[in-house]
Amino acid sequence: MLERKDIDNLANLARIALSEEEKDKLQKDMESILGYIGELQKAPSFAEASEGKPGNHYLRNVMREDVEPFEAGANTESILSQAPKRRGDYFVVKKILDN
Amino acid sequence: MKLTAEKLKDLTIRSAHEALMKGDFTAVELAEAYLAEIEKKNPELNAYLEVFADVIDQAKEADRKIAEAKKEGKESELDILIGIPMAIKDNILIKGRIASSASKMLENYTATYSATVIEKLKAKGVVFLGRTNMDEFAMGGSTENSAYGITKNPHDPTCVPGGSSGGSATAVGGNMCLAALGSDTGGSIRQPSAFCGTVGLKPTYGSVSRYGVMAMASSLDQIGPIAKTVEDAEIIYDAIRGFDRYDSTSYDLPEIPASAKSFGEARKIKIGVPESFLNQGGIDEVVLKNFRETLAKLEKAGCEIKTVEMPNLHYSLATYYITVFSEVSANMARFDGVRYGSHLEGKDLLEDYMKTRGEKLGREVRRRIMLGTYVLSAGYYDAYYNKATQVRELIRRDYAKAFDEVDIVATPVAPSSAYPIGKNTNDPLQMYLEDIFTVPINMAGVPGMAVPTRLGSSELRRGEAGNTDHLPLSIQIVAPWRRDDILFTLGKIIESCRA
Repeated sequence: MLERKDIDNLANLARIALSEEEKDKLQKDMESILGYIGELQKAPSFAEASEGKPGNHYLRNVMREDVEPFEAGANTESILSQAPKRRGDYFVVKKILDN
Repeated sequence: MKLTAEKLKDLTIRSAHEALMKGDFTAVELAEAYLAEIEKKNPELNAYLEVFADVIDQAKEADRKIAEAKKEGKESELDILIGIPMAIKDNILIKGRIASSASKMLENYTATYSATVIEKLKAKGVVFLGRTNMDEFAMGGSTENSAYGITKNPHDPTCVPGGSSGGSATAVGGNMCLAALGSDTGGSIRQPSAFCGTVGLKPTYGSVSRYGVMAMASSLDQIGPIAKTVEDAEIIYDAIRGFDRYDSTSYDLPEIPASAKSFGEARKIKIGVPESFLNQGGIDEVVLKNFRETLAKLEKAGCEIKTVEMPNLHYSLATYYITVFSEVSANMARFDGVRYGSHLEGKDLLEDYMKTRGEKLGREVRRRIMLGTYVLSAGYYDAYYNKATQVRELIRRDYAKAFDEVDIVATPVAPSSAYPIGKNTNDPLQMYLEDIFTVPINMAGVPGMAVPTRLGSSELRRGEAGNTDHLPLSIQIVAPWRRDDILFTLGKIIESCRA
């Protein structure tokens, strides 16, 4: 069961301000969606269904040599041109430490 | 030759190319004809969020190159896509143009670079008509989740076009472009294609670079074409695929040899049908009947049909949504109102984040982030994400096993034809259930294609209670990893059976 304080907590973790009306609706929607995806617990366990064969053998790490970097500053202007607030070559954020 | 609306209906990439080469019309005339159609239809259908101001300039450049090649007798060296007008989904970046993913968050975001697929098409001379509407950040299956209004079905404006690439599918199905690009995370190319009567390809995961497409669920997203014919889809796929050093999930493997690709009398295409997956209920009778009739026609055309057992497909929808919620909550964390996109002021930094994300992300995006935050919470990880990862591997193995026996797995694309606008908007779970047939393909990473088996009426018709005869229907065909070529071979047979 999802409680209202769970919704409040999740919204804080996700950094999303939600109205009270939306929290009501979300609580209901999330209940039914989580109920549905909870069906997955009925799926066979990997160990029993995989007959001991290892999983995810097609996954591999993709690395490259640490070479050919972009020229320093080549993209600075185009990237910063999209910032909501900038000062010189910096993004502006509010201070996060109290005095 | 005068390019009437009627003429545009019959045009394909190949026939347009031949006409451009013969000089029947110019790239400018072709672009103008599409612009006229867009002007006529877009106010009602809302397929395009923006029609680019420089379309005619792009077309002039194509004409200049065509004239130059003709003068030097080098027409044969011109790419088949030169001067071809295409529409681009709004989550694919074109340098210097707005790319908003149909979100208020990126309302004024101008792309600082182009996607690899765009660079490739541009090099071939494609004319970009505009950017198309979609569900915000590709989250949805009806294009009702756009921050810029819903898109309507080109066959019946009382119905949804499907989604999330609904703008692209409406643009192609409504003859407002010759072809389009979409993206597909759980059916977002194939399902709108089925609803709009177009061909939609979700290529093998890793065959097309995603550099420059906005990530929704990175282990599932893939870019692909929406086109009028299988051949057109193949032409675009060949133009955009290939290894890209900027996308570490794109693969760099030797080409499949041509000798492995031939089918015919000696080697029939074997089509597998996961019967127990189809018999779960909830599928429209009309859809099932059309699917069976199509299989019968294919058998007559020389294919072999057999039943395949894929027991874990039943879990694919739950597995898919856990994976999507998880990856969405991670991918959407980048929208912080600091580096790019919209920004709203709060009393401190935390409130800046909360307000910006609360107001500039749409309802469905917020819901998925919340669900992702929940399933990834400490204590729930094993029950949800870890379990989903394991079942995903079982689904992949179901395909591997099926493809030991058959060349193709076939199902319908969606449980119904296009449905009325607003039908599912208040019931998110019902909306998710519509993806039942398309999501397993993304979970496994295999290629899948929607091919129309009934085209629907060519004229716009309005909702007729209970009657869906005027709406298109499609079959979904799925091939083994990297065997997109079999989709094209069988897709062309399906088209000839339809005729």
